[in-house]
Amino acid sequence: MSTPEPEKNEPAAAPTPAKPAAPKPSRDWGTVVRNVFTAENSATVTFLAIVLALVVGAIMIVLSNTDTMNQLGYFFASPTDFLSSAWNDVSSAYSSLFKGAIFDPATVSGTPAQFFGPISNTLEYATPLIFGGLAISVAFRAGMFNIGGQGQLIVGAIFASYVGFSWTALPGLLHMFAAVLAGIVGGMLYGGVVGWLKAYRGAHEVIVTIMLNYVAFLFLGGWLLNTSVFHDAAAAGQAVGKPATPSAVLPHLFGDQLFTDIGLVFALIATAAVAWFFKRSKLGFEVRAVGLRPSAARTAGINVSRVQIAAMLISGALMGLIGVTQTLGLANPNNNSLSPNLDAGLGFTAITVALLGRTKPWGCVWASLLFGALQAGGALMQTQAQVSIEVITVIQALIVIFVAAPQLVKEIFHLRAHKIDTGAKGEDAPPPVDPFHTDTTTAAGGEA
Amino acid sequence: MSTASTATGDNGANEGPLTLAEAAARRSKLVSGVSMAVVGALGLWAFGLTSRVSGAAHTIFGLKEDPNAAGGLSPISAPSQALAIALMSLAIVCGLVRAFAPISKRYQLWTAIIYFASYSAGFLVWAAAGSSVGLNVPAILAQTAIQAVPLVLGSLSALLCERSGVVNIAVEGQFLFGAFAAVLTASTTGSIWAGAIAGCLGGALMCALLAVFANRYLIEQVVLGVVLNLLASGVTGFLYDRLMSTNGGTYNKAQGFNNIRIPGLASIPIIGPLFDQNILFYVAYLLVPVVWFLLFRTRWGLRTRAVGEHPTAADTVGIKVIGLRYRNVITAGLLSGLGGVWLTLGLASQFGKDMSSGKGYIAIAALIVGRWSPIGSLGAAVLFGFATELQVALTSLGTPIPGAFLAMAPYLVTIFVVAALSGLSRPPAASGKPYIKG
Repeated sequence: MSTPEPEKNEPAAAPTPAKPAAPKPSRDWGTVVRNVFTAENSATVTFLAIVLALVVGAIMIVLSNTDTMNQLGYFFASPTDFLSSAWNDVSSAYSSLFKGAIFDPATVSGTPAQFFGPISNTLEYATPLIFGGLAISVAFRAGMFNIGGQGQLIVGAIFASYVGFSWTALPGLLHMFAAVLAGIVGGMLYGGVVGWLKAYRGAHEVIVTIMLNYVAFLFLGGWLLNTSVFHDAAAAGQAVGKPATPSAVLPHLFGDQLFTDIGLVFALIATAAVAWFFKRSKLGFEVRAVGLRPSAARTAGINVSRVQIAAMLISGALMGLIGVTQTLGLANPNNNSLSPNLDAGLGFTAITVALLGRTKPWGCVWASLLFGALQAGGALMQTQAQVSIEVITVIQALIVIFVAAPQLVKEIFHLRAHKIDTGAKGEDAPPPVDPFHTDTTTAAGGEA
Repeated sequence: MSTASTATGDNGANEGPLTLAEAAARRSKLVSGVSMAVVGALGLWAFGLTSRVSGAAHTIFGLKEDPNAAGGLSPISAPSQALAIALMSLAIVCGLVRAFAPISKRYQLWTAIIYFASYSAGFLVWAAAGSSVGLNVPAILAQTAIQAVPLVLGSLSALLCERSGVVNIAVEGQFLFGAFAAVLTASTTGSIWAGAIAGCLGGALMCALLAVFANRYLIEQVVLGVVLNLLASGVTGFLYDRLMSTNGGTYNKAQGFNNIRIPGLASIPIIGPLFDQNILFYVAYLLVPVVWFLLFRTRWGLRTRAVGEHPTAADTVGIKVIGLRYRNVITAGLLSGLGGVWLTLGLASQFGKDMSSGKGYIAIAALIVGRWSPIGSLGAAVLFGFATELQVALTSLGTPIPGAFLAMAPYLVTIFVVAALSGLSRPPAASGKPYIKG
């Protein structure tokens, strides 16, 4: 991950002296094959990390099945009992995971809606994750951890939902866009507070965002949903908001049979926009400069405080879009209304997505697709194989841990030895953007 | 951009033009003092001059835990408005003194403490005004102490980690894992002591993961903490679904420790209930002075602090930086695991999914508000425990303030502290930075 390979989305962030082209490995087959099996090859490490995480998930599934574990008691008398039963547990779980996420072989002869159903579920689950991954990436490139996605998405959802059920005079699509914009503004404001506190009061953003998460959560579930403005009178006794009018709801993307809504298009537009932002815009350049080394950026005449606030505003706006898809999208199980648990932990999952995508816009899309597939498959796994969807959380966390520790993967699979470069001893090369490791000279969190 | 001069020097000691850092510290003192006074003035209006306390409204302070018990002290009744105005004025004075009087850091701290105390007391007077039941002071004290136990344990754990240079955001995960391991072991073995030990070891296991990935694989520690929290939530939630949701009788029995009544102390009026609690309660509060002593009065403590502030220097004098960090972080896991044990065995309750419900994060907040010291963390933990308890106490009094806003209090106070007092509150210098030898 830290080899200076030329990367499309990653131009040299600061005007570095023309760096001598890294000695290109000679392209004979032996080298290519060998390079696949080094710990430096991030694609291999990512693949192996997924495999390892699935293996650990399988172990958990077997260990937690009491019937199977009872057969382990007489393992030496009849080992096949235990092994076949364990195999059944794991294969039924993972095959339904696959069927729920990608496609079900039984539907080959069915309608297109059945055939593409799992994929469209995956896309729907991936949509909020794309926004989240982008949001974390923008903040991270400016040298900040936005742990506050939960809060920002809740505030975005509140704003979007309010416009969704109250501004009913607006015609059709305009109403939807107004609701989407409201969600963006909500998340933006809540993120901007963090940026302001960081830039002008020196408050550490990790602490502030964690605290604001709980403030937003309590505000929504503990108070707002009980007020007459937001509470749905039809759902007496339940903390549920008023449903959005149909004109504000995000329309289906591929026809009414499939579960994907137009949020996916917004997500892809946002990805392209963020990619453009990093690559071409002045502010994006400043963001990266501040993230690499705030003191150098300040010396170069960049207003660090302004950039930090701007980055948090953008990050919050993207998180607000999660709030929009969670309330107005098809994934909302409560008739497009607010509910206390609408966040679904997405603010935290977003962090894992951004890490897996290595804080690159299109990388986040791939990571979101993987995690969206796991979510969609997990839902079917829960109903078909009676394996709790919580195992998906475990698998996601493990994937990220393994990806972040390539050395561990290398040790497990006996890949070729390479010491991971922490960036501490880099001489000329600009430090690689690496979300997992801070080097010892500059903390990625900026000055605390 | 605080330099060493703000961190150590008292104000006004050196002459000549102000440095940037000193100017920032002065501004911070002014801003925080003025904002305290403004918030106090708002409180004066809200709690002292509104209809709830006006006229002949009295606030009753009950001084017995069980109001119907015979004997003991009889309740005190005080005129609400006068008392509330007096307390809020005291708070405003504290803010003004902090802003404008040339006082040292130590007295600035005292103004903050008096401010918070009088503010909350004024609030309580307002909340209970006109109620025929009034405030049950001993019960509020005891409940506050009980609510604060996990926060104390969690903040001590995070304190040990941060003082040795490792950020432990994963207290929440350690609570969950400790609570789960404790219930599972206690239910299957039938021994709550085995459960308590398993819970501590569960927390230590989570911390061992933190230590390995932070020190050996050099993963960014805030990210790592968040991911470990997800991992703990996923593992315990998964096993809960698989084992406990259907077989609760076998794997998820609610058991608890018996209360130990300390003779003599337990019969003191008002604070007596504090001395009739279970063993975990006493252990948690005794650990505070123990950790303080170990950290500031022993060789191990000096080394730990050195490793957390300047690992290179510590290494130069022959301290094994990485080894010490491993040991301290895993020891800290025992403490946060004990916090998890408290949530289940200590409160005699079953395990539930994500049952720690943010207490791990409040514990970290307590550490920050307590400025990375054991005593300060204890104070902040008690303050946050009080805010939690207030939600319960105030529902019976029927105040117009929704419980959710009280529940937000710990979080808002933390934001206020890190934003307004940023000059005063400084984490250990090497916290969160991995040490690479050579």
